[in-house]
Amino acid sequence: MTTVEESPATDQPDPEGPEVGFGRTLRKEDIRFVRGKGNYLDDVRIPGMLHGAVLRSPIAHGRIVNIDTSAAEAHPKVKAVITGAILETLNLAWAPSLSHDVIAILATDKVRYQGQEVAFVVAEDHYSARDALELIDVEYEILDPVVDARKALEPGAPVIRTDIEDKADNHIFDWESGDADATQAQFDKADVVVTEDLLYPRVHPAPLETCGSVADMDPVDGKLTLWCTTQAPHAHRTVYALVAGLPEHKIRVISPDIGGGFGNKVGIYPGYVLSVVGSIITKKPVKWMENREENLISTSFARDYHMHGEIAATSEGKILGVKVDVLADHGAFNNTAQPTKFPAGFFHVFTGSYDYPAAHCKVTGVYTNKAPGGVAYACSFRVTEAVYLIERMVDRLAQQLGMDPAELRMKNLLQPEQFPYHSPTGWEYDSGNYPAALQMALDMAGYDELRREQAEKRAAYEATGSGDLMGIGISFFTETVGAGPRKHMDILGLGMADGCELRVHPTGKAVVRLSVQTQGQGHETTFAQIVSEVTGIPTADIEVVHGDTDNTPFGLGTYGSRSTPVSGAAAAIASRRVVDKAKIIAATMMEANPDDLEWEQGTWSVKGSPDRSVTIQETAMAAHGPLELPEGVEGQLDASCVYDPPNLTYPFGAYICVADIDSGTGHVKVRRFIAVDDCGPRINPMIVEGQVHGGLADGVGMALMEVIAFDEGGNCLGASFMDYLLPTSMECPSWETGETVTPSPHHPLGVKGVGESATVGSPPAVVNAVVDALAPFGVTDIDMPCTPAQVWRTMQGRRFRSDLAITDD
Amino acid sequence: MQVPAPFVYERATSVQDALALLAKHGPDARLVAGGHSLLPMMKLRFADPAALIDINSIDGLDQISVADGIMTIGAMVTHAQLLASDVVAQHFPMLTEAERVIADPVVRNKGTVGGSLCQADPAEDLSAALGALRASVTTIGSGGSRSIPVRELHDGPYQTVLDENEMVTEVTVPLPSGSSSSAYEKLERRVGDWAIAASGVSVSVADGVISEIGIGLAAVEAPNMVAADAEDAARGQVPSAELIERIGELAAEATDPNTDQRGPADYKRHLAGELTKRALRRALTNAGALTNEGAL
Repeated sequence: MTTVEESPATDQPDPEGPEVGFGRTLRKEDIRFVRGKGNYLDDVRIPGMLHGAVLRSPIAHGRIVNIDTSAAEAHPKVKAVITGAILETLNLAWAPSLSHDVIAILATDKVRYQGQEVAFVVAEDHYSARDALELIDVEYEILDPVVDARKALEPGAPVIRTDIEDKADNHIFDWESGDADATQAQFDKADVVVTEDLLYPRVHPAPLETCGSVADMDPVDGKLTLWCTTQAPHAHRTVYALVAGLPEHKIRVISPDIGGGFGNKVGIYPGYVLSVVGSIITKKPVKWMENREENLISTSFARDYHMHGEIAATSEGKILGVKVDVLADHGAFNNTAQPTKFPAGFFHVFTGSYDYPAAHCKVTGVYTNKAPGGVAYACSFRVTEAVYLIERMVDRLAQQLGMDPAELRMKNLLQPEQFPYHSPTGWEYDSGNYPAALQMALDMAGYDELRREQAEKRAAYEATGSGDLMGIGISFFTETVGAGPRKHMDILGLGMADGCELRVHPTGKAVVRLSVQTQGQGHETTFAQIVSEVTGIPTADIEVVHGDTDNTPFGLGTYGSRSTPVSGAAAAIASRRVVDKAKIIAATMMEANPDDLEWEQGTWSVKGSPDRSVTIQETAMAAHGPLELPEGVEGQLDASCVYDPPNLTYPFGAYICVADIDSGTGHVKVRRFIAVDDCGPRINPMIVEGQVHGGLADGVGMALMEVIAFDEGGNCLGASFMDYLLPTSMECPSWETGETVTPSPHHPLGVKGVGESATVGSPPAVVNAVVDALAPFGVTDIDMPCTPAQVWRTMQGRRFRSDLAITDD
Repeated sequence: MQVPAPFVYERATSVQDALALLAKHGPDARLVAGGHSLLPMMKLRFADPAALIDINSIDGLDQISVADGIMTIGAMVTHAQLLASDVVAQHFPMLTEAERVIADPVVRNKGTVGGSLCQADPAEDLSAALGALRASVTTIGSGGSRSIPVRELHDGPYQTVLDENEMVTEVTVPLPSGSSSSAYEKLERRVGDWAIAASGVSVSVADGVISEIGIGLAAVEAPNMVAADAEDAARGQVPSAELIERIGELAAEATDPNTDQRGPADYKRHLAGELTKRALRRALTNAGALTNEGAL
C-alpha cells in the first residue's frame, strides 16, 4: 500500500503537537542543547584526571629505528610516556580489527600511514601533554609508500603488511556476488553496452565533535569506567573484554551526548585503548581528546572505491544486466566496520531499483599507506557506493541511447506488484512503489519545463559561447538498512540484534532503556514517541535512557540507519507487551474477562460498556498495589524485547538536482534540489526532514567539495577544515522535500529508517546534473568532487585524478 | 583541541609601547591584532612566536576618514567596519565587494586591515584590492615614520619589508578622479575559503579614454599582486570589448600560479584573465564608460 502525500508547507515543529504518539513535536533533548547544557565527552571532568596526547607519524611509510622518550619523561608535568614497546610487554600493541585483520594500537615495527599512533604521553594538563610530544625523538627509516590504489598490486610494489607472515603483496581479499555466466549471457544478447570508470573518492564523516575518551580504572575494585565517543557502547564493552582480558562485568562504557557520528564513531580507536592503559599505569583517570587534524587524518574515512561499471540494454532502453569490477582501497589495516560475511559491505545491492535478470560484481580489497577505515559517513555499509554506481551507469546508458534519463528510469523501475522482490544478488526488497515516488519528484520539479529551459540555455550558449550551463540530474535509490538478521549478520561474532527494556512506574510515568545510541538523531524524542504511540503514555512522561552499558540492555548500536528498524521494533514490541500485561491487570481491576476488553490508545475498556474503563496509568498503580493478580501474573508493569529483524528494510527515494555551471569558471551552483523520500510512516516528520536535509547537504558536499586526497609521499591533503571543505548553507538550496509512504511489511510499526537515505541518494543526482550540463562538451563522466578546477578541466577533456594531488598534467 | 606552543603574552597600550615591547622580545615577537590568521597557524604549530604583543588596547587606530583627496583607514579597522562603511562603498566599491567575500562574519568581526596586509598571504584579498587602488601604508618604527606603497609591502609569502621594530598604523588610499569605479571578482571553492583566484579592477575614465587603471590579483602569484603590463596597456585606451579581452589576456600572463588542491596552474591563470575581464567590464560599466554592456 502506498499513499502519496504532499509535503507539509512547513518544516517547523508544531508546539501544540500531539502529546501522545507520532507527530511533529519539539525534540525533548533540545531543551538542554539549545541552552548549551549538553554533556559531551570533553565536558567529562573527574577529580585528579590526567590528560593524554598521541604522537603521530609524520610520514606514510617507514621503519621505526629508535624512539627516545627521555626528554619527554623529564618534563615536570609528564606522568607517563607509553610506546609500542611497552604495549608489547602488555600484549596490547596490536588489536583485532573489525574485519578479521589487526590494527596497531601503537606502532612497533613500522608506521604505515601518516598520522598513525606512535607514542602516548600522559601529563597533568592537556597543554603539557602536547608540549611533551615535541620532546619525543623518533628516528625513521623512510620507505616508499603505496599511495595510488591502482598501483598497489603491481609487482614490486612496497609490501605494507610485513607484520603478516609470508605476506608478499598488498592484496586483502577478492569477493564476488551475482552470477557471472548469467550476466554474460545477457550482455551477449544486448544491443548496447556502456562502460565507465567511476571513482567514489575517499571522504571523511568529519563529525563536529572529534573522538575522545576518559578512562577511569578504579585501582581498588578493578572496575573500568570508560566515557567514550561511541555509537556502539555495548559492542565496545565486549571487545574490550575480549581484547584486553578485562572481565566484562567490570567494564562500564558510557557514551555521553555525541556531537555527530556518521559512522566515524563505530570503531575502536587506539586513543581509547591508550587512555585505558594510561589509567592503569598512572592509577588516575585519563582523558584523551583528539584535535581536528587528528580526526581527519587518522580516523575512519569513507568510500575510496574505484569502480569499473558495465551496463547492457536493448536499443529500446530495457536494462538487461550490470557488471562491476571494484578496486577497494582499505588503507593500511583492514578495519572496515561491517557484517562479517560481507567484506564489501552491502555493495552488492548495486543492482539498484531496476528490474533486470542478472548482475555480477567482483571486489578486490587492497592495502595502501593511508589511514584505515572505509565504512563510514552514513553509507549504510557501502550502499552509497552501490547507488552511485548504478545511478551513474543508468545516466550513462540514457546518454548513449539519447533517451531522457527520467524516461529510461520509468521504463526499468521495479513495479509495486513485484514486491517482495528478490534481486539478482540475493536481496529481498520488502516493499515499494517506485514509479509513484519518481513521478512525484518529476511533478514537484516541473521536469518538462526544466528541460525546455535547458534547451533554451544550451541554444544561447551555443550562440554566444558564454553564460551558464544548466544541468538536471536524477537519482533513484533503494536503501538497505536495519541490519541483521542476526543469523546472517554479525560484527566480530556479535549478532546484529538489539534489546529494549520498558518499565512503567507506579504513577504511570515510564523509562525505556535502549542499546542504541543517538549522535544527534533525536532518539530521546523518537523512542519516547514510539512507546507513547503504543502505550498511550504521553511522550513527555517517558524517559529515554541510552549510552550506558550498566543501565541499558545489550545491542549492537547505532549505524547503518538501524536504530528505528531494529531498536524501534524492540521498543514497539516491549510496549505492546506492557499493553498486554496492562490488559490482564485492567481485567482484574474491572472484574472482567480479558477477552471482553478493547484497547483505545491509553485505555482498556469493556466492550459495549465504555464507562467501564481504566487508563494505562491506573493499571500501572494497580500493578504496584495490593490488587490480587491472577495466577502466574507478576506484579509491576514492565517488559523487554530483544529484536532480531527478519529482514532488512528498504527505504527509497527519487531525487532531482538542478545545477547551473558558470562556463567561464567551472563553478557549480546547485539551484534546486527536489527530494522525495519513502521511509514508511514517519514517527516525527520534523526529525525525518532534519535527517533528509542533513544528508542532502552531505551529498552536495561530497559531489562538489569534500575529498581526502594524498600526495605522492602519502601526505594527507585534507587535514584541516581549511582543506577538507564542508558545505555551508550558502552552497545549499532551499530543499524541496516530498514523501510517499510505503510501510515495511515486516516491521511492527512499518517504519524503515531514514538516517542515511539522503547521504546515499543525493551525490549521484548532483553529479548527474553536472554531467548533464557538460554533455554538449562530449563529457560522459567527472570525478567527485566537482570543484571549479575539475569542471573546467573536464570541459576541456583533461580531467585529473581527484584522489591524488593535483598536478600540472 | 589544537594548542599552540608556549609563548609570552604582552598587552601594548600605545604605539610606542608596542614598539618597545617588540624591541624587548626580539625578532621572534609578533604583534597580534584580530589574530584570525596568526592564532590558527600557532595552533597548528606552523608559527611559534616567542611573544605575542596584543595591540587591541591601542586607541585611535580604528577610524576611517576622508580628507584632501585621501581616504585614511586605521590599521585596526576591522573587516566588518570596512564592509559596513558607506564612505568606503561610495569611493571604492571594490573594497566593499572584496570584504563581502573575505572569510566569514566571525573572522571579519575580529580581523583587521593592518593585520591582513602584514600577514602577506599571497591569497589575501585586501592586499590585491588595495594594491589595485595604489594605497600606501604608514608605519612607525625606531627610525620614525614612513610610507610604503602596498604594492611594495610584501617581500615574498608571509614576509613584509617592515623592520623588526616597525608597525603599520594606517592605510592611505588616494581618491579616484574623473568618472571612476571599481569591482572585485573572486572565485572560491566554498564560501569562506581562500581564493582560487581573485581580481580587483579600478578604473578612471576621462575624455572617453581610460585615464588610470589598477588591477590587483590574489592567489595567482602575480608580481606585487598586480598586473602592471595590463595596466600600462589599458591606460589611454578607449574602452571596448576587444580591449577587455586584451587586458584579460595580459592579466593572465602576469601570473605564475602554484598548482595545489585549489587547482592546476593553467586553470588559475585562465581564471585570472576571466575574473579580470569580468571586473573590468563591471567597473567600466559602473563608471559610465560602457553604456551597452550587451554589445560587448
